[in-house]
Amino acid sequence: MDKPVNNKAWFLVLPVLVLVAFSAVIPLMTVVNYSVQDTFGNNVFFWAGLEWFEQALSSSRLHDALLRQILFSVIILAIQVPLGIFVALNMPKRGFWASLCLVLMALPLLIPWNVVGTIWQIFGRVDIGLLGYTLDKLGINYNYTANAIDAWVTVIVMDVWHWTSLVALLCYAGLQSIPDAYYQAAKIDQASRWKVFRYIELPKMQGVLLIAILLRFMDSFMIYTEPFVVTGGGPGNATTFLSIDLVKMAIGQFDLGPAAAFSIMYFLVIMLISWVFYTVMTNLDKREEMQ
Amino acid sequence: MAKITLSNLAHSYVPQPKGPQDFALKEMDHVWEDGASYALLGSSGCGKTTLLNIISGLLRPSQGRVLFGDRDVTDAPTAERNIAQVFQFPVVYDTMTVRDNLAFPLRNRGMDADYIRQRVQAIAQMIGMEAVLDRKARGLTADAKQKISLGRGMVRQDVNAILFDEPLTVIDPHMKWELRTQLKSLHREFNHTMIYVTHDQTEALTFAEKVVVMYDGRVVQIGTAQELFETPAHTFVGYFIGSPGMNLLDARIEGNVAHIEGSVVPLGAGYGPVSGRTQIGIRPEFVRLSASEGLPVKLRRVEDVGRHKIVRAEFFGREINIIADEGAEIGADMTRVTFRPERISVYADDWRVAPAGQLGEAA
Repeated sequence: MDKPVNNKAWFLVLPVLVLVAFSAVIPLMTVVNYSVQDTFGNNVFFWAGLEWFEQALSSSRLHDALLRQILFSVIILAIQVPLGIFVALNMPKRGFWASLCLVLMALPLLIPWNVVGTIWQIFGRVDIGLLGYTLDKLGINYNYTANAIDAWVTVIVMDVWHWTSLVALLCYAGLQSIPDAYYQAAKIDQASRWKVFRYIELPKMQGVLLIAILLRFMDSFMIYTEPFVVTGGGPGNATTFLSIDLVKMAIGQFDLGPAAAFSIMYFLVIMLISWVFYTVMTNLDKREEMQ
Repeated sequence: MAKITLSNLAHSYVPQPKGPQDFALKEMDHVWEDGASYALLGSSGCGKTTLLNIISGLLRPSQGRVLFGDRDVTDAPTAERNIAQVFQFPVVYDTMTVRDNLAFPLRNRGMDADYIRQRVQAIAQMIGMEAVLDRKARGLTADAKQKISLGRGMVRQDVNAILFDEPLTVIDPHMKWELRTQLKSLHREFNHTMIYVTHDQTEALTFAEKVVVMYDGRVVQIGTAQELFETPAHTFVGYFIGSPGMNLLDARIEGNVAHIEGSVVPLGAGYGPVSGRTQIGIRPEFVRLSASEGLPVKLRRVEDVGRHKIVRAEFFGREINIIADEGAEIGADMTRVTFRPERISVYADDWRVAPAGQLGEAA
């Protein structure tokens, strides 16, 4: 049977194309445009080719920022994912307390990022902040503006406080979808608590966990506002992550070309890692089913 | 293995039950004999699953005690009771292979590896899954998954009882028959106490030695298939067992006759005074159509189901069913029915009344 071919249907996609063009494609192309040119101001541009890319690739400043960024993402994933699962497992399943927990858990997610930064900036101050003051009185030498380790700990604890809820809520949703019969069967089979987790809860959470890890990775890899408010990237360059560095370069130093080249590579790296991660995880899934 | 005693047992899902209507399981005393096979039959929501979960310890009864042998296990967790239970919908451990699924209950009890291998092989053969033992359970059909669930229920040999909660709901009819036969032969071989919950009377009657019929949170009758058919202790049993179920007609009982809508119907035995709402129950098998004698009915339709014909008729505004032989001629003039007197049961407020001179059956 011949299906009628009607190319007019393409017009229906037009609004989306226009929208995406203005929201993503055109801004991205202006960045591409900057990345291959140089300027000395007055809106006069010179062709620079791939020079900025080469410079970025060999810049030790960027290498250091990248390493810090990777370390940061690895640490917060290593804390937030297990902690989120642990919290989800221990939340009440139903009733008043379940609702209360959900609301409390969702609160940090609703706070604007710069406010989160401000909260922790004050919280950690030795003179007026509850945390800083207490630690100081306990005789612990804590100062996030002077000590790199303290700054790192503060930024990581802040991110854990801000975002663990997301992982926990996603896992909680996954856990809620497990029928009671599974737990009952596990009791009948005398499965230990660990085995219930390993063979019932974890497999059922796999899907949401994948999303949670992906979201947390992308977000943490692009983190800007909170550490910028708390430490401003310091002390020294200790907490200067990629986007902080990028903003310094583009707006602070007004090096538009290098900053544009840097953003494009930054964008590609995030996309690449996310794609690899997602493909590997979903393929693992498929391979298991094929067996 | 041990006999299982339910003593003074009742359960309510409401924390503070106010009356009998709040109880999912009304007060009952019951003994499950060691090594017997029971079917627990009743319509949905009558408390079958509640009862099962109380026996296996997944649920703590709000009242009464559960004893295994002489030991009170009311507060003992499931693990201590050593019970196997198969649920209505398949429960498999997705990420494990079929083999690991079957071995799981044995491994959790720290059994010897050789013994596990041998048991898994035997069970796999029984459920016909030897070929897929090394596949992951995740990709299998619902059918296959439920067979794994069944297999896991049967893999332990030392259990006190095996409980089945409508285990064949998702299995296709052909396989149902085969699995039921397997379960029966397993029962004969190992003599586990088996309790099999179902709402399918054929399943109940073919599987079990004793059928326990539940209605509205109560056990209304325990008996063999024949007892349930011939002398239903409660109108629910009469109506639920049989296809179609028993005809129930309001009647006034006087000695050895019943008065129904102005006509007199002879009964097979004499009855003392009967109070409450009185009915007579007669199975369609024992109703005969006739042109000349008996009570008047209006024929509605005739269904030929192969072995026999089911005649649907109307008797003073109420439906009445008659089963006629396959070869029987049903003429348009056959508008009267007669009942076989010795097959008539008398009910007062839904419970069977024993004829005078006989001991009443314990309900």
